[in-house]
Amino acid sequence: MFRLSVPARLVLARLTLPVMLLLALGLMIAGRANGRLTAALRLGLDDALTPAFRVMSRPMISLTRDDTALGAWVGMHRQILALRAENARLRRWQSVALALAAQNQALKSALHFVPTPTPEFFTARVIADNGGLYARSVLVSVPSGAPNLIDAIAMDGRGVVGRVVQSGLRSARVLLINDLNSRVPVAMGAAGAHALMVGTNGAMPSLQYWSPNHPPHEGEIVLTSAAGGVFPPGLPVGVVHYQGRNNPVVLPFAGLHRLQLLRLFDYHAAGQSQAQTATDQFAGNGP
Amino acid sequence: MITWPSLWRDLDRAARHALPGCSIALVMVVASVPMLLPDPGAFRAAFVLISVFFWTLYRPAALPAPVVLILGVLLDLTGNSPLGLWAVLLLLNQAMVLALRRVLAKQGFFLVWLALAAGIVGTSGLEYLIRSLLVLQFLPIWPVVIQGVIGILLYPLSAPLLIRAHRGAAAPEHA
Repeated sequence: MFRLSVPARLVLARLTLPVMLLLALGLMIAGRANGRLTAALRLGLDDALTPAFRVMSRPMISLTRDDTALGAWVGMHRQILALRAENARLRRWQSVALALAAQNQALKSALHFVPTPTPEFFTARVIADNGGLYARSVLVSVPSGAPNLIDAIAMDGRGVVGRVVQSGLRSARVLLINDLNSRVPVAMGAAGAHALMVGTNGAMPSLQYWSPNHPPHEGEIVLTSAAGGVFPPGLPVGVVHYQGRNNPVVLPFAGLHRLQLLRLFDYHAAGQSQAQTATDQFAGNGP
Repeated sequence: MITWPSLWRDLDRAARHALPGCSIALVMVVASVPMLLPDPGAFRAAFVLISVFFWTLYRPAALPAPVVLILGVLLDLTGNSPLGLWAVLLLLNQAMVLALRRVLAKQGFFLVWLALAAGIVGTSGLEYLIRSLLVLQFLPIWPVVIQGVIGILLYPLSAPLLIRAHRGAAAPEHA
């Protein structure tokens, strides 16, 4: 191995830190100038780290799942009580739902209603909570060979969680609805008054740009709206709550701080494939 | 000529040199496990900042500037912050600690903690300014405050582990 003289090594040692600082500043400017560089690097790192994240999240999963010895021990009794209470509540709602379903069916048949395309979906496990100071996002592992999932809608068992903003070979990044950069067009209440749900980095996204003629009312349900074309209409998001006199927010149905399993609905693929079948049938070469 | 004892000793020495950088990267990955920590983003940044401060102060050779740069970029990529931001912040911290090293290394625990707290306050303020400047709007300030408080409180908790690593596993003179 070749050896540098002592003064040369001293100079090199003194120069490393300033050179690295310049390099870091250069990276910052490059990342600012070209957003795709950051996205590509992030995607590569997420995909590379996915196996490690899967292994690391396994102990936590076995703690929280009921079919493992430890998980059952920790949560079974508490869960049974919670389930009994929920079951009683749901029974009451079931009759309401059945009545509404019948009414809905009758109304639809009166309207010649065309149903929205049924989306394909994947169930994906949250393997890393990648939130930063001003970012709320999670990393999910997707089966290899999954299509490009960008703009797929992520939901947990209760409501909309967010939207896929980055899709790799093994992983996908879901931007949560409470991220500062999240904007979701929503419809409020039975009248379906439009508004924009804006992430605030806190637990409850705020409601903005509602029409003065249709202000949000406390307790109204908030559903997604098709305005903008990314979200399909009618997915449950949350309920309206007034935090201040003039500060309506949304209490999300989804448990955003304890996400485990997400369903990723790919409405665009569904729309495209149905449109494709329709054109195929029209051209006479479909089934 | 390679003799076996000297090869083992070289390997041992290399492992001891790599320990600080590798352990910081490992903690960064483990802290991302869902539902483990309430605010993983703030925790990761605070822990990396503390570790860079500690190792630069007590064993600068263990955490050279290129490693700090890589750790900063990793933090930016996993935590959704602008690329290069934490690399710059960590390197500035390292430069500051290196400049004050002669005075600081002789001080006791509480003065070092105070210096670290000052460093965290400065770093958090700078981070807030840069991030607000990058998006040209005032961002909410409380996430930065929470991150700073986590950092300041985390040091006494992680110091015993860091000091043990510094005296034992990361010491090349024991190789």
